[in-house]
Amino acid sequence: MQIYLPIAEVVVNALTLIGLGGIVGLMSGLFGVGGGFLITPLLFFIGIPPAIAVATGANQVVASSFSGVLAHLKRKTVDFRMGGVLLAGGVVGSSLGVWAFNILSRMGQVDLVVQLCYVIFLGLIGAMMLQESLRAIRRAKGGPIKPVRRNQHVWVHRWPGKMKFRASGLYISAIPPLLVGAAVGVLGAIMGVGGGFIMVPAMIYLLGMPTKVVIGTSLYQITFLSAYTTLMHAISSNTVDIMLAVLLIIGGVVGAQIGVGLGARLRAEQLRILMALLVLAVCGKLAFDLFVTPDDLYSITPGIIG
Amino acid sequence: MTRPLVPLLAALALFLPGLVLSQTQMRGGFDSAQTPSAPRTEQVVAGISQDDVHITTNFDGSDIIIYGAIKRETPIPPGEPLDVIVAVQGPAKSVTIRRKEQRFGVWVNTDSVSIGAAPDFYVVATTRPLDRILPPEQDARHRVSIPQAVRAFAGALTVSDAVPFTEALLRLREQAGLYRLDEGVVTLVEQTLFRADVRMPANVVEGIYSARILLLRDGEVIDTYRAPIEVRKVGLERWLYHMALEQPFIYGIMSLAIAIAAGWLASAAFRGLKRG
Repeated sequence: MQIYLPIAEVVVNALTLIGLGGIVGLMSGLFGVGGGFLITPLLFFIGIPPAIAVATGANQVVASSFSGVLAHLKRKTVDFRMGGVLLAGGVVGSSLGVWAFNILSRMGQVDLVVQLCYVIFLGLIGAMMLQESLRAIRRAKGGPIKPVRRNQHVWVHRWPGKMKFRASGLYISAIPPLLVGAAVGVLGAIMGVGGGFIMVPAMIYLLGMPTKVVIGTSLYQITFLSAYTTLMHAISSNTVDIMLAVLLIIGGVVGAQIGVGLGARLRAEQLRILMALLVLAVCGKLAFDLFVTPDDLYSITPGIIG
Repeated sequence: MTRPLVPLLAALALFLPGLVLSQTQMRGGFDSAQTPSAPRTEQVVAGISQDDVHITTNFDGSDIIIYGAIKRETPIPPGEPLDVIVAVQGPAKSVTIRRKEQRFGVWVNTDSVSIGAAPDFYVVATTRPLDRILPPEQDARHRVSIPQAVRAFAGALTVSDAVPFTEALLRLREQAGLYRLDEGVVTLVEQTLFRADVRMPANVVEGIYSARILLLRDGEVIDTYRAPIEVRKVGLERWLYHMALEQPFIYGIMSLAIAIAAGWLASAAFRGLKRG
């Protein structure tokens, strides 16, 4: 079923898009990730212009993270205060990111920068996930257990402007969460992702937050931040394709439900390895495209760029 | 005027079986806007099957049939037969062409050339190979062939460095099916009735297109005819497209509302499934 996307101005198969959303939703249901970091590069592969893929990806993240945060609100595993501080940093970061995105697209370098960011981050995350799951399998087989000691008071906690975060049981400077929020905001705007895959480790290892509130707080912040990013992209560059977003969301919502159901029955370690390999494969394909001689050295973009 | 048309219409009806022409389409088609010049012996009268192309959700291209007849008061002149060229041109827009170069092993966009206006779509359909029926000086005057038509817009691109860029524009658009030379697809019967089927691909953009018909004899353009074709998004497509451009804030809010509603629905449905 071919469908014409009004903003992207391309014709794509609607079932491909729903399937894509479904696969990514399945992942997010299985592994508890937002999936934005997979959906955007997959959209590049099927020929959606990168600027549209990034902005629409942010819109899709709103749907998936909102659905997740509702579940966490019920379980009371959201630190609103921490989320608010992260969000304040995130809004600044996202504005910077959208601004940088527009400058880069005027310079004709946005595709390159977005792809480079993806190669770097997908590479890092894929490698980390692979290592983690291999370790988990070793542990399950009765191998040596290395206890991970979390450093409760890192040097960054001694910065000025201390705040009490009751839900997290922390009394730390507000500057580190602001910086983490800002960094995630910049990446989210440039890569069209929620940034949970960066924020979650940063919250655990850098801010020392207890694991039970990390996912809920991260989702809470991501919902608002992606909403803000979507709006910024829609206003500054008219690159949100609502038709594309709806198809991805339909697939994603159904996929996520199936994923959650499957996740309860399947063995997580092997799946995690598969996921890591998939992430690395996407990363490899993007990296390959950067180095291989393009089909045509010339490309056309609408408008006059000074 | 009406008398010689009657047999033509009858012939036209035979020539295009199955094509139902309404009275309004007829009027639009035959309302030829010709400039009065030297007395011509042969004139184009033409119609377009569709002067309004709609881009809808399931739009996957459109075939436009441009048909017509040659009106003449005198017998068919002897010598070389008559030829017909049909050119359909899309709206002109500014474009930037970029070239990639390898830097540190990675392919990076480096040089670029901007062109003030180039048509988004340009198809030339002819009765016979273009270079055999249209001499270069006539081409330069009437801007018929693809390079001529595009250069007409590009204007002052005299920089020699720009040549590979304009060539790339032609090549890329030809590959995308947006610039096309369809030689021999115009059928001409008895030097009187012609018909051209012009395929518009799914990736056309909206705007006012123009169809041009040129009548040639002995390497001379003896008559031209022009008619507009409107290509536009309709229904939901049109509404969304215009809203995104004209009211980006409301459009953005709407996108978010849809996302949040979908997220809430998913979570509610999931709870329902768990309970049930």
